[in-house]
Amino acid sequence: MRSHARPWWQRALLTREMLTVAILVVAWVVASATVRGFDGPLTITYLVLDIAPVLLVALPMTLIVATGEIDLSVASVVGLSSVTFGLLYQAGLGLWAALAASVLLGAVCGAVNGALVAYAGLPSLAVTIGSLALYRGLAVGLLGTTAVTGFPDSWTDGATANLSESPWPVVTLGLLALAAVFAVLLHATPFGRNVLDIGRSSEAARFSGVDVRRTLLILFVLSGAVSALAGVYYTLRYGSARGDNATGLELQVVAAVLLGGVSIFGGRGALHGVVAGVLLIGVLGSALRLEGVTVNVINIVIGTALVVSVVAPRIAGGVRVRRRASTSPRDGSAVAQRS
Amino acid sequence: MKFTSVVTAGTAVVLALGLAACSGGGGEGGGGGDDDVAITMLPKNLGNPYFEASTAGAQEAAGELGVAVDEVGPDAASPDAQVPFINTAAQQGVSALVVSANDPTAIGDALEEARSAGTKVVTFDSDTEPQFRDLFVNQASAEGIADKQLELIAEQIGGAGEIAILSASANATNQNAWIALMEEKLASDYPDIELVETVYGDDDDQTSFDKTAALLQSHPDLKGIVSPTTVGIAAAARYVSTSEYKGKVAVTGLGTPNQMREYVEDGTVEAFALWNPTDLGYLATQAAAALVAGDITGAEGDTFEAGRLGEYTVGADGEVLLGEPFVYDASNIADFDF
Repeated sequence: MRSHARPWWQRALLTREMLTVAILVVAWVVASATVRGFDGPLTITYLVLDIAPVLLVALPMTLIVATGEIDLSVASVVGLSSVTFGLLYQAGLGLWAALAASVLLGAVCGAVNGALVAYAGLPSLAVTIGSLALYRGLAVGLLGTTAVTGFPDSWTDGATANLSESPWPVVTLGLLALAAVFAVLLHATPFGRNVLDIGRSSEAARFSGVDVRRTLLILFVLSGAVSALAGVYYTLRYGSARGDNATGLELQVVAAVLLGGVSIFGGRGALHGVVAGVLLIGVLGSALRLEGVTVNVINIVIGTALVVSVVAPRIAGGVRVRRRASTSPRDGSAVAQRS
Repeated sequence: MKFTSVVTAGTAVVLALGLAACSGGGGEGGGGGDDDVAITMLPKNLGNPYFEASTAGAQEAAGELGVAVDEVGPDAASPDAQVPFINTAAQQGVSALVVSANDPTAIGDALEEARSAGTKVVTFDSDTEPQFRDLFVNQASAEGIADKQLELIAEQIGGAGEIAILSASANATNQNAWIALMEEKLASDYPDIELVETVYGDDDDQTSFDKTAALLQSHPDLKGIVSPTTVGIAAAARYVSTSEYKGKVAVTGLGTPNQMREYVEDGTVEAFALWNPTDLGYLATQAAAALVAGDITGAEGDTFEAGRLGEYTVGADGEVLLGEPFVYDASNIADFDF
């Protein structure tokens, strides 16, 4: 196989993930050079605050998509957790207790999804579209069109405060820590290997002794809990608990995960690619808004990037397979392994 | 390996070109250098005819004042979707932000940051808490709304007879305040008009329709219905337009031109009231320009000249009142589309 002939540095750099990183760098450089107002310190602050919930939810989503499943209910869990956090605080519970209870509720929401997918054997797409509607309905039903406000300033300021004089918000530290935890989980633990094995072939994984059901259940519980954490952040950042908080967030999350090079069919993906995907969506949105581009055009740009990121590897792969097949007909085994 | 490189290079180039192209186009549209006055108009959401009317008013004022107004906004009316646009305005360092708030507190931090960067903030249509903005351009006062509705019904029933009120829900804050004011005013200024019943349609079309039918059954001498809610007045007009009461029982209140057009055209409804969103956008932009120019600071008692609308005075809590509600009738309804 030719790829073995590549030097180590080429193997590290010429990956699908580094492609996203490269595009991110290009987008950043072009935006800094051409977009008025982009190179100011406020850009970094707002970028991090805006992408924080997307990045949080994208971490467990990366692992779920890597198994070939999906969780579309995440934004609704964010909304439900926001409402729960607000109502519990209003009812006189301490903020830490309200936070813990909201995250617990998120884990329960995830467990319901996970049980239906892993143990009832239902497709995750169908299950989580259903719970997307269900959890959002509960969130809006609990609070109606009202909002809970009046959280203590120390908490709401903390959600948007910067690290001393730097443009980096304090939440950056939490995001980095959680991203590191998920990176280790996916890339350096037996659990992470199981996740990718399930994505390649759930049957084969089961025969080789992986507890597929338990792994999936854990992933959906993680997704629910982290989404709920994002819901609490959301509430504190805007100082307002509302049932419609984070509506449509799942789209950005799935887009970031796929842009980051995680295969929608499962089996491959890396966390640094997803972080770059999240940042790329944030940078594009920020630069285009600064240019006065309307929200519809921003959606078109992100949607196109998403489609290209899913289609391009397929086309490239297809060309490669055809080339190999025509030049070396006896190399069939390598082709089969790759596809 | 080769194809990965090609895809990398290709996609990077496409994205870079795309961004550059967008920046070229947007730069011209943004209009004006740093010295010019740039105002950002941020409605609750885009694609909403009501806010299209208010932005038209803003553009009209901008044309007269020689300032640039750019409209931006989310596609859904949620506060979290509004915040990135406020942040963007702060990054751009625009002179003023004219915003209809999707939440009184949730966008407060973002507005404070924009203000600390020197941007003036004017809310219109929906206010934030007062500390987050310089001015609130209020579309109507409770007294103004109550008085105008009584004036209309009195005129339409000839100053005497039985009337009823079809409200939203029994605990709707705004409606209850207006009804209380109308009751006071009826007792003092309209001795020949008797309010026989107030019913609640819960801002539901069918419930309001049924309550209208019940009102007309139980009060055979009823001469008019006042509905201080857009859902109620449309449902009441629909019932009356197809019943024997058409032309005999007056229907008025607060409505929108698009909902009421057919009932005004078929003669069921003579006239109804609401503020004029075009004037509202016009006044908000005039107020923002006056703040930027330093003519006013937003303090109570400040006065400024608002073009074709005349002179305005800033009231308590930094509020500027647009004026009396606007009356829509057969002569002007064709001019409005919201």
